[in-house]
Amino acid sequence: MESKLFNLTTPLKIIVSITIITWCIIALFPLLWIVVMSIKLPVDSFASNPLKVIIGPSTKEQVGGLSFVNFIFLFLSIYLFYKLYQIRKILFDLINPILKFSLITFFILFILYITISFILFFLIQNNLSEFVNILFSNLEFLKIFSYPIIGFTPQHYLSVWVGNEFYKQFLNTMIVTGGVVTISLTVGTLAGYGLARSNSMIAFWLLIFALIFRALPHSVLVTGYLEPFINYGLYGKKIAVIVLLVAINQPFTIWMLRSFFMNIPQDLDEAAQIDGCNPFQAFWKVVMPLMWPGVITTGLFSFLLAYNDYLVAALLLDGQSQTMVPAIMQYFNMETKMTDLVESIAAAASITAPLFLLVMFFQKQIVSGLTQGAVKG
Amino acid sequence: MKKSTFLVFTMPSFIMMTLFIALPLLIVLIQSFQFNQDVLETIERENCDPFGCKTETITVPVLDENGNKIKNNIWVGFQNYKNILKFEQLSSVISNDGFEWSKIRSIDFYKALRFTLTFTFITLPFVIILGLILALCVNVLINRLKGPIIFITLLPFIITPVIGALSIKWLFIGDGILTLFLENILDKDIALFSQGWTIEILMLFYRVWHTIPFAFVIFYAGLQTVDKEKIEAAFVDGANRLQRLRFIIIPHIMPLIVFVALIHLMDSYRVFDEIVGFSASGFRISLQWMTYDFLRIDDSGTRSIGRASATSVLTMIGIIIILIPVLRRTFKEQKEKRL
Repeated sequence: MESKLFNLTTPLKIIVSITIITWCIIALFPLLWIVVMSIKLPVDSFASNPLKVIIGPSTKEQVGGLSFVNFIFLFLSIYLFYKLYQIRKILFDLINPILKFSLITFFILFILYITISFILFFLIQNNLSEFVNILFSNLEFLKIFSYPIIGFTPQHYLSVWVGNEFYKQFLNTMIVTGGVVTISLTVGTLAGYGLARSNSMIAFWLLIFALIFRALPHSVLVTGYLEPFINYGLYGKKIAVIVLLVAINQPFTIWMLRSFFMNIPQDLDEAAQIDGCNPFQAFWKVVMPLMWPGVITTGLFSFLLAYNDYLVAALLLDGQSQTMVPAIMQYFNMETKMTDLVESIAAAASITAPLFLLVMFFQKQIVSGLTQGAVKG
Repeated sequence: MKKSTFLVFTMPSFIMMTLFIALPLLIVLIQSFQFNQDVLETIERENCDPFGCKTETITVPVLDENGNKIKNNIWVGFQNYKNILKFEQLSSVISNDGFEWSKIRSIDFYKALRFTLTFTFITLPFVIILGLILALCVNVLINRLKGPIIFITLLPFIITPVIGALSIKWLFIGDGILTLFLENILDKDIALFSQGWTIEILMLFYRVWHTIPFAFVIFYAGLQTVDKEKIEAAFVDGANRLQRLRFIIIPHIMPLIVFVALIHLMDSYRVFDEIVGFSASGFRISLQWMTYDFLRIDDSGTRSIGRASATSVLTMIGIIIILIPVLRRTFKEQKEKRL
């Protein structure tokens, strides 16, 4: 019965596969294309023949490229990177009894993982694959594998990050996003818990107002505070941006955290209070340990909001204190030569890389976060 | 929970929202009736040249001890609104040439309003229908494929909007590969960034591309909760696939469709990043972009805060009008849950 019902007829199967393949191409193509353009010399990046852009004949001639060996190693190291991630559960279980699990240990482990994998990645990528490449090129019958297939140059990335000191903007973005995530989670978790456990009219109205506030265009808040910020010397200070982004983010944060808290049975904190905890101890010692998945998910969305923001930072920061996204747009508007254009493409590609990693690692949390508010209401 | 405990827990968030959302709204409302002006003073200055000295009176802005211009706000009533809405120009256009849209569009505010509204309402059906189709397709896939496809699908959603818009722009700009491709097909020269409507289509496309993943994820989660027995019963009764979709699945996920529509209306009404990413401000502007533009320092070195506030107030009125039906529904639902 079941199998007959859910089996698709052949034409339907074809339609489904075509739809999905088309969507995947449309979703990926623009992003892949900027990566491809960013690793070529301008002559190739803006060639009219798409094949030329992908293969990059002039880049290959002038700078060099990736050979078959390089590609094998590239896939090998990506695979290793992913395997390391897959065994994270085992690692966690090993460490858990020693260091009590908390958000801080989680982040330390996460950062540790990223650094170790990157070191491994670059070791394999640069040294090992170069070594094998040279080895192969000296052997008559394996020579063919060491010839470059696709032109590759890291020069645009180097000139963006080192030459133009893009790391400064990167640090600014990190400070702003870090501040936004920490403050909105601290304030939001408390409020979310209160709202989930209260049936009063105040809670009701607070939620309705939060919903209305969520609809406000972000520029409205900047308009209200731009003049006071300039007058009190907060213009160009990151704290101004952080505060406004936290406020913009707050309605969304409390709605989402509230629905996560509602999944945790109320009996739990009542039992804790009967056992002699005050409401705060019940919150911190009993409910919070169960809430970390929800907090991490909400934190991801706060991170995205702060990281992707253009409007607030463009209006309130300038020059040295600017964050990455507005800085790229300035870069892009200044461009005079083809090289500058490719450099701004490289900058755009490097902004996207952390987001790519984020989806890779937190796909489940992102999906659960998106559905949380909708399905629970 | 006791009321006092509740208040303690929600206080920080409440203060945060009052101080940084409610208060700025009030400030914006006040500012929209004010005009920010340099304080001027008349001074006498002696001007000497080889033919002797002359005293002349000139007006200069008063400076404070740091050398900044002192400014004060004067009340101007509805002047800011009048400057933006330009009723005289509007009525003269209408009375002289009849109702001619191209003339009305020369006024910035109506141009921005027109774009924002069409942008919001044209993208809405696309996002919902395409998101639903994608969710239905992924739902029947084998489990091994679902993970990677959801991963790919999330990428357009998660990417920085400005960068996403840029990445699409680069495909089409000048001799971008897709422009060349189109030129080959249509056999004529195409310049997609030299007129408004092509940019507008690209912006619409970008927004749909960017929002489909969100609709997809929500609908996909909703499809997991459809009652399988109901579908089987319908199957036994001879309902075909389309009928099952129309009479069982769609009613089941209707609340989710409303939810996606609500969020999409809120988000696409404040369209802004596309205009920056596609550098479209010469052809198409949105309401939020207007506010942004007024807030930037203009050629004379000032920011038109009063006008920015007036646009903000008008923008807010717009979003409230759009959202009233949906908000009323949510309001009722939440109230029923409580009772």
